[in-house]
Order: sequence, then structure tokens, then C-alpha cells
Amino acid sequence: MTAAPAAMPAIRLRGIAKSFGPVRAIRDASLEVATGEIHALMGENGAGKSTLMRVLAGMYTPDGGTAEVEGTEVTGWQTADAIAAGVGMVHQHFMLVPTLTVAENLVLGQELMKGVTLDMAAAERAVRDLSERTGLRVDPTRKVSELNVGEAQRVEILKVLYRGARILVLDEPTAVLSPPEVQELWEVLRTLRANGGTVVLITHKLDEVVAISDTITVMRAGETVGRMATQGTTPADIARAMVGRDVSLAQREAGVRDSGGPAAALLEVRDLAVAGARRARAVDGISFTVSAGEIFGIAGVEGNGQTELIEALAGLAPLAGGSIRLGGRDVSTLDVRGRIDAGLSHIPEDRHRRGLVLDFSIAENLILGLQHRFSGAAQLDAPKIATNATSQVKTFDIRPPDSALPARALSGGNQQKVVVAREMGGERPVRVLLAAQPTRGVDVGAIEFIHARLRAARDAGSAVVLVSADLNEVLALSSRVAVMYGGKFVCVVPGSEATAALLGPYMTGAARGAA
Amino acid sequence: MIALLIVAQVLRISVPYLFAAAGGLLSERAGIVALTLEGFMAAGAFGAAIGTHYSGSPALGLGAGVAAGALLASVHAMATIRFRADQVVCGIALNLLVAGGCAFTLRLAFDSSSNSPRIAALGEGLGSGLAATFANPLVWGAFAILPAMWWLLYRTRFGLRVRAVGEHPEAATSVGIGVPRVRYLAVILSGAIAALGGAYLAFDQHKFTDGMTAGRGFIAIAAVIFGRWEPVRALGACLLFAVAETVQIRLQGSTALPSQFVEMIPYALTIVALAGFGGKSAAPSALGRSEG
Repeated sequence: MTAAPAAMPAIRLRGIAKSFGPVRAIRDASLEVATGEIHALMGENGAGKSTLMRVLAGMYTPDGGTAEVEGTEVTGWQTADAIAAGVGMVHQHFMLVPTLTVAENLVLGQELMKGVTLDMAAAERAVRDLSERTGLRVDPTRKVSELNVGEAQRVEILKVLYRGARILVLDEPTAVLSPPEVQELWEVLRTLRANGGTVVLITHKLDEVVAISDTITVMRAGETVGRMATQGTTPADIARAMVGRDVSLAQREAGVRDSGGPAAALLEVRDLAVAGARRARAVDGISFTVSAGEIFGIAGVEGNGQTELIEALAGLAPLAGGSIRLGGRDVSTLDVRGRIDAGLSHIPEDRHRRGLVLDFSIAENLILGLQHRFSGAAQLDAPKIATNATSQVKTFDIRPPDSALPARALSGGNQQKVVVAREMGGERPVRVLLAAQPTRGVDVGAIEFIHARLRAARDAGSAVVLVSADLNEVLALSSRVAVMYGGKFVCVVPGSEATAALLGPYMTGAARGAA
Repeated sequence: MIALLIVAQVLRISVPYLFAAAGGLLSERAGIVALTLEGFMAAGAFGAAIGTHYSGSPALGLGAGVAAGALLASVHAMATIRFRADQVVCGIALNLLVAGGCAFTLRLAFDSSSNSPRIAALGEGLGSGLAATFANPLVWGAFAILPAMWWLLYRTRFGLRVRAVGEHPEAATSVGIGVPRVRYLAVILSGAIAALGGAYLAFDQHKFTDGMTAGRGFIAIAAVIFGRWEPVRALGACLLFAVAETVQIRLQGSTALPSQFVEMIPYALTIVALAGFGGKSAAPSALGRSEG
């Protein structure tokens, strides 16, 4: 519980620098973590948190600086060395082989052998023993592809512990968890700490840090800019250190209108069903209406059909049943272009997969899907495209403000602004806006900006459907909130009544109600 | 007797497919596209013919064939793993290189661009006709190779790592597995095994003939895909293709069908099989990703 480091810290990184080509991911980062503490490594996306921890875990060799683990200099070591020294990292994107079983994943790289063949019975016993000790329960014989994200994360932690980790690094572990699962994870981490383990938690969520950590180190733009004891530090202090200025934290503004007024219903969805890859029905009979001037928030753990629902609404996935009406007109059979022309905008959840062509310029990306409005008889109308780009870049504060740059050259936040600009800006009439994970992987400044645009669209009379894995975001913005679980809405409440405590049990499927 | 003859014919025809499919399966499970099977087989056939011709020993010739396959495979591995060349482009280039190189060497060595002198065959003198088929160690080896591959993939440490590397190389790296090392081993072993199929062809015809692999490497790839990258299913797929080819040969003499249609049977079957049963979902996820 002290900011003063012990004589021999578990981890001591000094002056670490790491570049990838011309990009300097970390310029000067130092971190000291005492044995037996839970240390939060905070910072915005792109601040260099993951890179720094990958240096510690032996995945990257630093360009400069020194790394020490338990008093031994380890600069530039390899993954295998780190594992042998008891440093284990749980990655944000799971490092599990989906086609292998839990037990196979656990022992991979350190297989238990019986002569020349694998001893899988012993591997399964090892899983059960570790489960017993830590409370992380999972069936060793199941394939990882059959697990839900919470279970997969348990396997990740077990895997690291199986390798004898005393220093555990968790990279954004709660991004995919529901509130009760987060509480379970905190219990596991506290147990580890009680047994003398050291934990480094990478996160950008302030409430988590306050809930669990002993000490905080903050990174900004590739440098460590602050270190503080959690006790006596407020979220606002941490946010200021992260961003370098005061920020308004996402909070429910006063006077968000709960809906239900007489406004016109712009989006009417009846008994919508979408076939799924894993389940027979990814979306299983959903009905809802979104009126002009309201934000309809859909909360839920990812993988419960939100992606399929949005894709069906956008015209990207075929309907297995039901109907969609946009402004009173049935658009169920229209293709994507038809729906765009009917007034639909779509901020897709994965800007790289759906939102942008990374090698196209900003100007080109700004007219994707609208190119027919920017062309003459045979060829694109270059002056019109340029004018559009200039004004959009200005309005949406896209940096650097050079519309000839490829989208690839932009930061995540600015890439997202390009998508938002195309879907909401210009003279485009937005009757219904689908915003899926609109602030995923963007920095705090861009989050503020995007939230403001969503509110502005609402106030201008658009009907907004917001899907987010970030419950706080849904709660802060929505006029009404639905929780999606197993392809259905298990609860729909007015925004003013929605709280994490109320919605949590619905997100895990523990509570079910009439939609 | 005629039934037994047909069975023996199916077995003989399936030998090169089985070896090539086993090699291809190993390479693909490790994430490297097995488009070079055709080249590995040709190298194996050529190495076996040259080796037997100069040493006088079919056993040494077989060794030379396997070595040639492994050597070619190590070039493929070096290009795709070390230098991250596109696996498909590199595979096609190597197939062309082998085809040209064999013809070129034939002319230099034997003053003929189409075939080598007659060579002694492995297992010769153990019988003739039907007995020769069942006495040939390569025939037995061919039918053991895919079950052996199953054992390797699912029961050994190397197999587990091959499966991990082909599916999620980043995950394998994160637990300290040397992904390049596993892939090198898998690809080189794949070349050696596929070369056995080529060597069998050379011994079967007592010589090397230019173009003698005749697309069998590609049919073997189809068998791997049709077998959904599982050894036992791939064995079934190889036998199916061998049966189709046997039918084609048996129908050659008949006048009921135009011979052109008869010759199409194995290839048409391949297309039908792939169109209906391939399925992207069964393929190793990292297959073909050279940057991985």
C-alpha cells in the first residue's frame, strides 16, 4: 500500500524505449512494482501500456533502457526466459488455440510426457488441481472454441499460473467481462496477492483501478508520467494525469429525456431473427421501436447477437425472419445502398473490417457508400470529393488535417472520426443511426467528441441505436436501455432507471425478464 | 481373382496419393500451403531414378529421392518462413523449377529430355504381378503413413505444437514455442514423405519420365481438403480418388462412353468433392499466412 518501492521490487523498468519502424511506441517509460501488490498501469489507448508490458514479457526487445525482475537484469530476454522466471502475461486478445482442448492449451510449450507420447490424463489433472486452488473452474476436456469469453479468460490465467508465474500481467482483462464476472476476477486477483503474487493490471477504466489496485502508474504518449498510491487518489486526478488536462468523465447529463413521447417512430423492428454461426439463431425474435430524438442503448456481453442484429439492420446479413421499417417504409428486402438512401447511417463495430479501406485516402474513405452522390456520368467528381473532404476534416477535427493521407496513417481515434464524419456529417440526412462500439479503441478526447456528436444527432431528431460493450457508455447516453443475452432482449428499461447493479444479472443470463 | 486384381490396382494407384497427402497434411496443419506437393513428388521420382542408376541400389536410390524432396522442401521453407515469400507464388515457382530442372538434367546426363535409363525397382525379385504389389514395402508404408500421421499429430509433443502453430502462431509464440522451427521441421518432413510417393512412381515404371507425376500432387491436395485436414478422412479421400482412377482405366477399353469423358472421371470427382465438402471452417486458421 505504499508508493515507496521496497528494497527489491518485483519489477523495475528504467528508461525503456521501443519503436516500430518510424513509430515510437514508447520513448521513456519507467515502472517499479513491489512484490505482492496489485499495480495498475493506466493510460489512454496508444499510450504504450501493452508495448511496455510486452517488453517485460520478452515479446519485444527494447531499443533502450533496462529491465529487472526480482533484482536480476533481464533486458532483452525472450518469452521462454520470462516464463521460466515466473513472469506471465494474459493478453487482451486471448492467446489460446481454439481448436485445442483446455488441457492441451494449458500444457502447450511445457507438455507433460509419458515416454514419447503426451500424457493428457496428467494435463487434465493439472487443470483440476489449479482450478481447486484458485477457484478458476473450467472443464479441461472442452475445446476452447466452445467456451464463452469469461471461461476463455479463466483458461488464460490458469495457463499462466501453470507455468509458475509469480508476476502476472493482465492486459485489459475486463473488456470482455460482465460486471459479476469482473467481481469474480477481482476475487481471484486478491487471492493471488494474498498468496504473495504480484499483479500488473493494464487498464484505462478508472473505476476498476480504484476498486482493485494498490499503486498506479500512468502512461501518456509513450512515457510514464506519474506514480501514485491508489488510496487518496480520485478518478479525476488519474484522468488528468492520463490526458494531461481536465476532462469531463462520461456521466449521465442532467435532463436526458427518457423516451416514450409522441415523437415519430423512425425504426420499427418486428420479430427479427438472424441465423448464426454458433447458435441456430444469433438473433432470436427481437422487436423494438426507436423514435426520433432518442438513443436506444443495447448493453450486453459481446457475442450475444449484437453484431448480427446490427448487421441485419444495416443490410449486411440476411434476415431469417421478421421485418424492419424505416420511417414507416419496409426496408427488409432492401440492400445496403437502398437502406443508406432511405436515411440509414451505420458506424460499424470494427472500423478496419467494415468502416474503412485503410489504403484509401481520407477523402476517398469519406465517400465510401456514397460514391454515387459524388460522381458524374462516368467518373468521380474530384472537385466535389475534395470540397467534401476539406469541410469534413475541419468539422470533425481529423488530424493530421491532410485528406490525401491514407486512413492507415491515422491513429485509431482519428480513423474513427473519419467513419463518424462519413456517417453523420455533410448534408447526409440521418434518420436512423446505428452506432456499434462507436468509441472502441479511441482516446479519451475522441470519446468526448463522439459522444457529443451522438447527442447532437439525437437532438436533431435522428433515431440512434447504440451498441456498446462498455456499460458506462450505454448508461451515460441512452434514453432507453435494453440488455441482450442469448439473441434476445432480456430487459428493457428507461435510461433514468438503468444502473450497472440492475443490468448486471441480466447481462450474465442470471436474471431473465420479459423484453 | 479379378476382384483381387482390381483391389491391387486400386492399392497401387493410391500409393503416391497417400504419401503426398500425408506430407501435405503435415505441412498444412503447420500453416504452410502444400502447393509444392507436385514438385516434391517429381523431385522424389527424379532423385530415386538418378540415385538408383548411379548406385545400382534401389534402396540408396530411395534415399536419394527422399533427400531430394527434403532439400526442395527446405528451399520452400526457407523462402516462406525465413523470407516470408507468398506461399502460393513460391509453391508454383518451385513446381515449375523442378519440372524444368529435371528435364534439363536429363538432357545433360542421358542426352534425353524425356526419360532416364531403365532402373531396378525396390522390392524387385520378390514376385511378379499381384505378389509384387503385396511384397512392395512402399505399398505397406503408404497405408501406414496416414495412421502414423494421426499418431504424430494427436499423440506427440511435436504434433500438438504443429497443430498450435498452424492454428494460432501468436499463441504458440506466447508460450515460448519457436514457430519457425516447428514449421521448418513440418515442411521438410512433408517434402521427404511426399517424395516417397514420387519414388514409388519411378520404381513402378522402372525409370523417370518427364512429367510423370501428372498432377497427382494437386489431387493429393484435394484429398487433404476433402479429408478436412484429418489423416483418417484423408486416407479415405485418397482411396476414393484411386477407385475413380481405376474405374477410368477399366472403362478405357469400352466403347459405351467416349474416352474423353472417361478420362475426366477422377478430375470431375475431385471438383465435386471439393465443391461439396471442402469448407473453410476446417482449414487451419493460419494457413497461408506468411507474416505469422
